[in-house]
Amino acid sequence: MKPDKIDELYFSDVNQPVIYDRRKFLKTLGKGIIVIFSLSELSLLQGWSQTSNSEKELDFNAYIHIKEDGRVNCYTGKIEMGQGIITSLAQVVAEELEVSIQMVDMIMGDTELCPYDAGTWGSLTTRFADPVIRAAAAAAREILLKFAAEKLQEPIENLVTKNGVICVLNNETTKITYAELTKGKKIVETLKNKPAIKSSKDFKVIGKPIISTDAIAKVTGKAQYSGDIKLPGMVYATVIRPDVFGSKKISVNTAELSNFEGVELIEDGDLVAVVHSNPDVANKAARKVKVVWDAPEAQATDKTIFEHLNNTITDSKIFEEKGDLEAGKKASKTVVEAEYYDGYKAHAAMETHAATCYFEGDKLIIWASTQTPFGLRDQLSTELHMPLEKVHVKQIFLGGGFGGKIYNQQAIEAAKIAKSCNKPVQLVWSRREEFMFDNFRPAALMKVKAGVDEHGKLQLWEFDIYCAGTRGTKLFYDVPNNKTSMFNEKNVRGNSHTSKSDSKSVHPFKTGAWRAPGNNSTTFARESHFDVVAFKFGIDPLKFRLNNLNNENMKATLQLAADTFNWKRAKKDGHGYGIALGEDAGTCVAIIAEVHVDKITGKVTPINLVCAQDMGQVVNPHGATVQTEGGLTMGLGYALYEDIEFNGGKIKARNFNNYTITKFSVTPKITCVFIDKMDAKPQGGGEPAIICVGGAIANAVFDACGARVYQMPLTPNRILDALK
Amino acid sequence: MYKAVNFKLNGEVVSVDVFGDETLLTVIRTYLDKTGTKYGCGIGQCGACTVLIDNEAIRSCMILVEDVQNKEITTIEGLESKNGDLHPIQKAFVELDALQCGFCTPGMILNAYGLLLKNPTPTRQEVLDGMEENLCRCGSYNRIIDAILKAAKELNEKVKI
Repeated sequence: MKPDKIDELYFSDVNQPVIYDRRKFLKTLGKGIIVIFSLSELSLLQGWSQTSNSEKELDFNAYIHIKEDGRVNCYTGKIEMGQGIITSLAQVVAEELEVSIQMVDMIMGDTELCPYDAGTWGSLTTRFADPVIRAAAAAAREILLKFAAEKLQEPIENLVTKNGVICVLNNETTKITYAELTKGKKIVETLKNKPAIKSSKDFKVIGKPIISTDAIAKVTGKAQYSGDIKLPGMVYATVIRPDVFGSKKISVNTAELSNFEGVELIEDGDLVAVVHSNPDVANKAARKVKVVWDAPEAQATDKTIFEHLNNTITDSKIFEEKGDLEAGKKASKTVVEAEYYDGYKAHAAMETHAATCYFEGDKLIIWASTQTPFGLRDQLSTELHMPLEKVHVKQIFLGGGFGGKIYNQQAIEAAKIAKSCNKPVQLVWSRREEFMFDNFRPAALMKVKAGVDEHGKLQLWEFDIYCAGTRGTKLFYDVPNNKTSMFNEKNVRGNSHTSKSDSKSVHPFKTGAWRAPGNNSTTFARESHFDVVAFKFGIDPLKFRLNNLNNENMKATLQLAADTFNWKRAKKDGHGYGIALGEDAGTCVAIIAEVHVDKITGKVTPINLVCAQDMGQVVNPHGATVQTEGGLTMGLGYALYEDIEFNGGKIKARNFNNYTITKFSVTPKITCVFIDKMDAKPQGGGEPAIICVGGAIANAVFDACGARVYQMPLTPNRILDALK
Repeated sequence: MYKAVNFKLNGEVVSVDVFGDETLLTVIRTYLDKTGTKYGCGIGQCGACTVLIDNEAIRSCMILVEDVQNKEITTIEGLESKNGDLHPIQKAFVELDALQCGFCTPGMILNAYGLLLKNPTPTRQEVLDGMEENLCRCGSYNRIIDAILKAAKELNEKVKI
């Protein structure tokens, strides 16, 4: 799937599986039992997905291979970047197949081994890949039982599976192992009927806290990332970059390169690079290449960007509308209007973008830090004019993604360089390149008007959103008169973050997906405004929210957070509590934050974060907790200090010394609780928790010191200004 | 290459031909193929490249290789015992799942090792102060602190025996 398309989906709510290109898929694997599973076929079976795709040509989206030694390979096009699906997907396989999780090997993201996948983003894995893989494992078990029945001469009903062994009920001596059943056979089965899956009362592995199965590889340094691959005869590439994003090359002066023996210059359009067998030499040589660039004129700075967005974007589209705003206004006793702002944020994964690749004849083999191996294959095929089957993207670990590794620029550059110099190439971006080509979470502007009647019931809600998308903005509060509009000039879909007019963006550099991108901005605006109204009306923020909620799931989640936090407990001097509620990737999230604010310096110290979530079935409560902790910790950054300063395409952040992310000392105590719904469909877990951090922190800051800050991050200066 | 630099890497003497002004990080990763040590920022701001030099946790991206002549260097590959047992710090990181993407993990573990060598019985605050300049974007900080305290406890019990 192309990055543009993913971007569009990233900024909206995705409530069904993303349907992929059709692809015939059958590999020559070793012997054993292989279960092929088709999402399209399966979607015809009720309860698995909402699609009505009835293509004859099957699109195989998951399969299970029970090998001759009894070990199980689970193939998925998804990748592991720290979100823990290498563990949670293996868990559902182990559960339905009745094997120990140690027997399951996850083969992920390899374009020649794994079924097609649209990419690992948008918290879609557990929602849409997990049920399919689970069904494949259940189907595999049914097949094994069928064979065992023949072999043991027993009716299927008399057989039980346990730990990779099938035995006769009440007679455990008559048994056969999976390995014995698969030995010497090659059986390929396509699933036609929906297999019976377990109900939660029978779970042995799902719902149990399981430690990451890749942890040992990661603590020993054995886990390999794209920049850890070393190929014979490989050269290291360094790309010469301009100072200003969007610059076009005018001329290249390579006079000084002659001082470097063995250095080769690569020029391919605006891409100028040097390669050498020694990365240090490549780096030094690159500094001596003088490129004259034509830099675009600055349209805005971090100080003027919101005015720029407001003035530039005039077209809008209604996303949601109900009742009559005028009637809502009349019914309201108090009407409050405000504008909220959110700056650009970087992904800042610890691993910079990297790729290692080589050509074997006319075939390209590449390892790349990418969230979209199949998307990368498409991009490489287009950019290098090669047939798809001549591109092989291999499995690798990613050192963090957060939506930033769906664009694959580094991999395209590496492949072009490899083609040009005809040698294996490694390209690892510097941290400076990482910040320049980051595809930042876009700056966003939100205008809110809310009206409340004399009973504390909201009668009016008007929400204008600039550049934050529709994701998570479907109003879950019960307001009879409401309207949500998206401001995106010339963007007919009206739900993305960009404003493309003649393919010129309003943003001075690339923007795009991020961990639940725009939902962070819009949730901050909505939840801040709820507290603004509650304060003006003189009602407790928790009570105010509960008064205006009909959605039972949201109510229960909010109540769970309040009970866990103990909302009514006394506050220490200088401390404040703040709530935020939101919805993302099918999951309801409520966060309550406790902060301390130093009124003299404006410094905020997060003390305590409680996060309650209704994410349906929690496959791995441990993994879900770790993801939530991670989301909250990362979220403190965008709420309190992360901000890209810039003058047009000149980005000030070049490294971690001028872009602050959360550190050890800022991380507060974090408590994660989940609504118990083990028979429900699993929902998103990687992103949802982060959306409420900004709102909860802003509300806690107000509660602590009376400073209402309308712009993120809530820097000490903004807090001090608000206190004046 | 202009000269040979000799040092001990994970207990073994190595001799590497170098220019001299390469960073230790480049030499470890590229010349000696020990890729467990990671590049994160190149200016000593993130700690992903932390190694031990003579038992002190140091950013290998900030050290020129010519300055490690005759020194002892420990990287993540040198922490496991010969029989494959994890070091107590590694073990604690696994048990408390003090990692997500794993990219900062080797640097975290080496920094923690350096910290515990200096101060075998740190308080929580001392661990926090000692780890402060190592970054983890996935947000495993609280678990990392817990893991280091757990490892410290185990290491001290071992010493008593």
